[in-house]
Amino acid sequence: MTGIRYLSNVVTLRLDETKCTGCGMCEMVCPHAVFRIEQHQARIADRDACMECGACARNCPAEAISVDAGVGCAVAIIKGALTGTSPDCACGGKSSCCG
Amino acid sequence: MDTNAKTAACCGKSDVSAKTTSQSPACDCHGEVDSRRHERGVETTGSVETPVAPVPRVGTVLGWADRLGTVKARWGIGRMDYRVEPGLYAVGGPTADSPVLVSANYKMSFDRLRSALPGVDAWILVLDTKGINVWCAAGKGTFGTDELVHRIEAARLPEIVSHRTVIVPQLGAPGVAAHEVRKRTGFRVVYGPVRAGDVPAFLQAGMKATPEMRRVEFPLRDRLAVVPVELVMGAKCVLLTMAALLVLSGLGPDGYAASRILARGLPSAALLLGAFVAGTVFGPLLLPWLPGRALSAKGTWIGLAMVAGLGAYMLTESPATPDWLAWSAWAILLPATTSFILMNFTGATTYTSLSGVRREMRVAVPIQAIAAVAGVLLWIVARFV
Ligand code: SF4
Ligand code: SF4
Repeated sequence: MTGIRYLSNVVTLRLDETKCTGCGMCEMVCPHAVFRIEQHQARIADRDACMECGACARNCPAEAISVDAGVGCAVAIIKGALTGTSPDCACGGKSSCCG
Repeated sequence: MDTNAKTAACCGKSDVSAKTTSQSPACDCHGEVDSRRHERGVETTGSVETPVAPVPRVGTVLGWADRLGTVKARWGIGRMDYRVEPGLYAVGGPTADSPVLVSANYKMSFDRLRSALPGVDAWILVLDTKGINVWCAAGKGTFGTDELVHRIEAARLPEIVSHRTVIVPQLGAPGVAAHEVRKRTGFRVVYGPVRAGDVPAFLQAGMKATPEMRRVEFPLRDRLAVVPVELVMGAKCVLLTMAALLVLSGLGPDGYAASRILARGLPSAALLLGAFVAGTVFGPLLLPWLPGRALSAKGTWIGLAMVAGLGAYMLTESPATPDWLAWSAWAILLPATTSFILMNFTGATTYTSLSGVRREMRVAVPIQAIAAVAGVLLWIVARFV
């Protein structure tokens, strides 16, 4: 695997293989190649690479995927804790908070 | 600093409602700016006739104003006001058969897309993302199914193009449900490449992306691109702490002496500034090579390197009487500071998950807090002996 690895065994990504129709959307939208389609069936190939962006779950027509989507941003979590809101500052992109 | 205050308000106040409805203004810092000030926010070069209405045409070559705007946005100057009027635009001479590319109304997203399209005839459908880039807006939900459906209908796209396909940047996928857009508008969503620069190749290949075009990495160039704005955003906090250190450093066993502010305070303030700059610049730069996976762990190493350097410096400066008490204070404070700085960098990375950041913070924040208190106490004690 290329790139920098984050923590292991922590993400909330779940796949219900019985619901999957093998349409391939999850594999297409994932920015970290977490999914593989093998024999018309999605498989989580690299779970620890998941950044919980939620793209796969949002685009799975069979609702076979669940993930607690959010932004992995410490600043947002601190602010959320201080103000009592949920961390949602969409920091995950090319810039810092609210860019 | 103005920018900083707005950002803070923005992150704190953007609540869950922004996730569910794409129409609600997510944060008031973006809402308070009048987006109509520069008309469309982009220079147009004529228009393209369509059965509905003339569609403004934009060039594919960025002008000086565009480039200057990009530089300013990178440094966090007026970046909240950097937006394009939402709606349909043309590049080249598009016809009813030309592809429709969807973008955000953050001007940098829009500029990056159009400057990748010399010689391409296409429509660009700009969504109202409150001036936020595609990925961030998709996470918030402002770049989302509802807004896309709304813009397709508002632009009367079915009357302008004969096909029924829109190309949405892949990083918009967290906000857009392709199957829902199809159900509601009849338009098929095809996810385009992550990087705008790959769009021509993607179009040429018959709207097929290679696996590389779908991957998000975090190369050096991208890591460094976020450094300026991190420097600007952290500056206020650091300057305030430096000022506090300067004031406190006047304290001593014989009461308050202004002379100590120079002798003791300045080096302390400089060390803190050094930790801030080192963490903010070398953290992103050395990210893949710093040991550990948690960013708070990676950050610690930068502080430790400074501690070693400081110790060596003190031994050469005053080999007879090195101030080991002051050194121990900094041996605690510097790693804690750089650990905190890099932990806060999680929001600017392209690979950290919310669950992961929560887990590392559960461990790191208590340690950083204890270290900060212990370090400051030691530093004050060192003033008195
Ligand atoms: S998007 Fe859903 S149905 Fe399609 S392959 Fe992935 S898990 Fe299966
Ligand atoms: S949540 Fe995002 S990163 Fe994780 S598997 Fe789904 S698409 Fe990939």
